[in-house]
Amino acid sequence: MVIYGTALLSGCLIAGVVAGQLLGYLVGVDKNIGGVGIAMLLLILISDRLQRSGRIQPPTRQGILFWSSMYIPIVVAMAASQDVLAAVKGGPIALIAGVTVVLISFALVPIISRIGKADLEMTKSKTLSAKDEP
Amino acid sequence: MTELLEAVLAVLAKYSLVTAFAVVGATVWFSYLISDRLTRGRLHGSAIAILMGLLLAYVGGVVTGGKKGIADIEVLSGIGIMGGSMLRDFAIVATAFGVRMDEFRKTGISGIVSLLAGVVVSFIVGACVAFAFGYRDAVSLTTIGGGAATYIVGPVTGSALGASSEVIALSVAAGLIKSMLVMIMTPFVAPYIGLDNPRSALIFGGLMGTTSGVAGGLAATDPELVPYGAMTATFYTGLGCLLGPSVFFLAIRAVV
Repeated sequence: MVIYGTALLSGCLIAGVVAGQLLGYLVGVDKNIGGVGIAMLLLILISDRLQRSGRIQPPTRQGILFWSSMYIPIVVAMAASQDVLAAVKGGPIALIAGVTVVLISFALVPIISRIGKADLEMTKSKTLSAKDEP
Repeated sequence: MTELLEAVLAVLAKYSLVTAFAVVGATVWFSYLISDRLTRGRLHGSAIAILMGLLLAYVGGVVTGGKKGIADIEVLSGIGIMGGSMLRDFAIVATAFGVRMDEFRKTGISGIVSLLAGVVVSFIVGACVAFAFGYRDAVSLTTIGGGAATYIVGPVTGSALGASSEVIALSVAAGLIKSMLVMIMTPFVAPYIGLDNPRSALIFGGLMGTTSGVAGGLAATDPELVPYGAMTATFYTGLGCLLGPSVFFLAIRAVV
């Protein structure tokens, strides 16, 4: 049944968000820490196990895949409901702070990728070129 | 005639979420048409769709003076539900379906490094820009630094420290600019920063941190990378809210 997949997805999200809220409470901030990330890990673990034991039927998969394929339209709706006007009106401080932090963060992506990769190569003690990465 | 129009508008408002599906569907279709015809597929359809979304949000803001973009127009309020955090998080989690666990295990450490680096760099850059514009008190500097992290970290940090509402508004604006730039620029810079594999997507999510920016930017670059970037990005705001009013405030106060 399609609803089994959607229900599994819902269960993971709720459990993850509750866990993230608890984590926030434990460290003393009234914010969710990684709730969605925890939910994603839960879904990966559970669906992996169900798939291995062959207990996940095609309709169940569809109940999850539908929402996964709704992702881009949902992101478009998200973009359309942002406070773009406030961002435009923020003036030079907001603009310069936003632009600088984005440019520096972009530049850091290859640098941090390289640091981690060196560790990975050492532990695996074999040389992988960047092309070999999946 | 006006009665008919009013009746139609009433239906659209009553079925707001359904209206949103239709409007967003039409927007996406039109965007893919532009992508195909005008850019010959060079500019990805979803990137255009996100840009159109931002443009609509601007129009909505100008017309209504509200804070929720086009969703402030009553008949289009369903777009706010469709693009709100509930369905957004639901869809993000769904993208993780079918992802292999070892991809995450392999990048575990660099994911954490990227998260810490992302939060630290944002606070430093934001505080430096604020300093350059004449702010000298630790509370304002930390709050604007928080805004450079995400538009949630800024106001959370600011209200915890008792910043002025002007500074809090600035921090929100800085965060919004960041999130929009990440949505728009990611597909263009992706080839230059090696953003083409799960590993770099995970690091990218940790460095950028803005869930909406990362979600939109990666969707426009390569939808397969979304779960990896989104995973780390969802830890960022919480981490920023944790470190902002505590560690960063103390550090910035020690410096100034």
